Amino acid sequence: MKNHIYLKNVVTLHLDKNKCTGCGMCLDVCPHDVFRTNEKHVLIQNRDACMECGACSRNCPANAISVASGVGCAAAVINSMLGKEGECCCGPSDAGDKGCCS
Amino acid sequence: MLSNSDFPLIQIQTNSCCASATDQPGKFVPDFNQPFVSGFVETPVGRLPRVSSKPTRQDQWGTIKARLTAFRMDYKIDPGLYALGHPDNHSPVFVSANYKMSFDYLRQALAGRSGWILVLDTKGINVWCAAGKGTFGTDELVRRIESSGMKKIVSHRKLILPQLGAPGVAAHKVKQLSGFHVQYGPVRAEDLPAYLDAGCKATETMRIKTFDWKERAELIPIELIAAIKPFLLLAAAFLIISGMIGPSGFWNNVTHIGVFAVFALLGAVIGGTVIHPLLLPYLPWRAFSIKGFAIGFAVTLMLLYLRGMDLFTWSGKIEALAWLMIVPAISGYLAMNFTGCSTYTSLSGVKKEMRWALPLEMTSVAVGIFMWLGAVLIS
Repeated sequence: MKNHIYLKNVVTLHLDKNKCTGCGMCLDVCPHDVFRTNEKHVLIQNRDACMECGACSRNCPANAISVASGVGCAAAVINSMLGKEGECCCGPSDAGDKGCCS
Repeated sequence: MLSNSDFPLIQIQTNSCCASATDQPGKFVPDFNQPFVSGFVETPVGRLPRVSSKPTRQDQWGTIKARLTAFRMDYKIDPGLYALGHPDNHSPVFVSANYKMSFDYLRQALAGRSGWILVLDTKGINVWCAAGKGTFGTDELVRRIESSGMKKIVSHRKLILPQLGAPGVAAHKVKQLSGFHVQYGPVRAEDLPAYLDAGCKATETMRIKTFDWKERAELIPIELIAAIKPFLLLAAAFLIISGMIGPSGFWNNVTHIGVFAVFALLGAVIGGTVIHPLLLPYLPWRAFSIKGFAIGFAVTLMLLYLRGMDLFTWSGKIEALAWLMIVPAISGYLAMNFTGCSTYTSLSGVKKEMRWALPLEMTSVAVGIFMWLGAVLIS
């Protein structure tokens, strides 16, 4: 089943066309086909499919992409609302916390 | 069977009483005594452990346990460089996390092939989560390249990384710092043979992270098991309270009122942790909470129908309404939590959803419980 879409118009993804050199790294690393290329530079084709993983901004050598990435997990958000240290504690930790994903 | 005395050098390294494997500076070799290590290979930097692509019974059992229990919380292998099959200095280098399941998926996908596997210390976390947290990252990768002595082992300067490692690794920085060129392979290890045979080229399908029913179903056991303990506590509370405040004797109340409460709560849990993941893409709303509410609502209506409730009395009406407030809220909450396991929800989206969903769920449960207590008292 292609194209699971979550909420509309919420993601913090931003692409600066002026800085983009058209190298296409973001096309390679994006797991949800958010970008496409017009041979000169890259365009966002499906903003709502973005899950803010940060792969594109991390791998853009021209610093043309920005996105606020973080653990997209309800448990992590609740933890930070409760003021608990660190987000979702994934996997083993010294405190022996149970994580929600691994 | 290899023993420690076969590798006197390694014995010194691993039998040190104070230093743990990851504390050691400089060169570090993974422990040859790990059960999945099937031999060793000689390299210009010394002996390295060899692994095969065939899973043993122990490997398969480990995968099952990791999918079902907290076993996955400490299911890791030593980081460092491993040989897969019979690699030489031209063989490709694959990079993985030290969560054993990640490593196993990788080597099993490469049946019949040889290569080097550079395992990063991600504290036993899988590639994608570790990338998001930064442990499957540029710095760790560069460190491992140095500490493994890889530059003396392979004559090329290419690394194949899983695509889902990209959130943590800046390919251009790795090139700058280590001289190695990062190539992002497919999302799924099983696509590696096709990727390699095409000359390290990925098709568009290989680059998409899917979330089909099998992938969703794999996540059910963990979610369900996590919900069991709170369910048991709530069920016990409802049973005891119904016994105490109901219209007739303790056990009569428990059977006529308490037992239904337990079924309703169980329905909420199953709705939120089992039905929701399976039906996820078929439910029309985008927010997970709403999908969960809808399932909970349907489950409650069904249970009320099967119970054949007397909806002509006030007590019956209020109790039915109470469950329509409690069950959807619980299913909605459990469904909302599934965002953490899903592969396409954004943090911004989750925050936005929770802003209205969480207060709604909490209020609905609280009001529902009051109504239930009221209904039981006036019955």
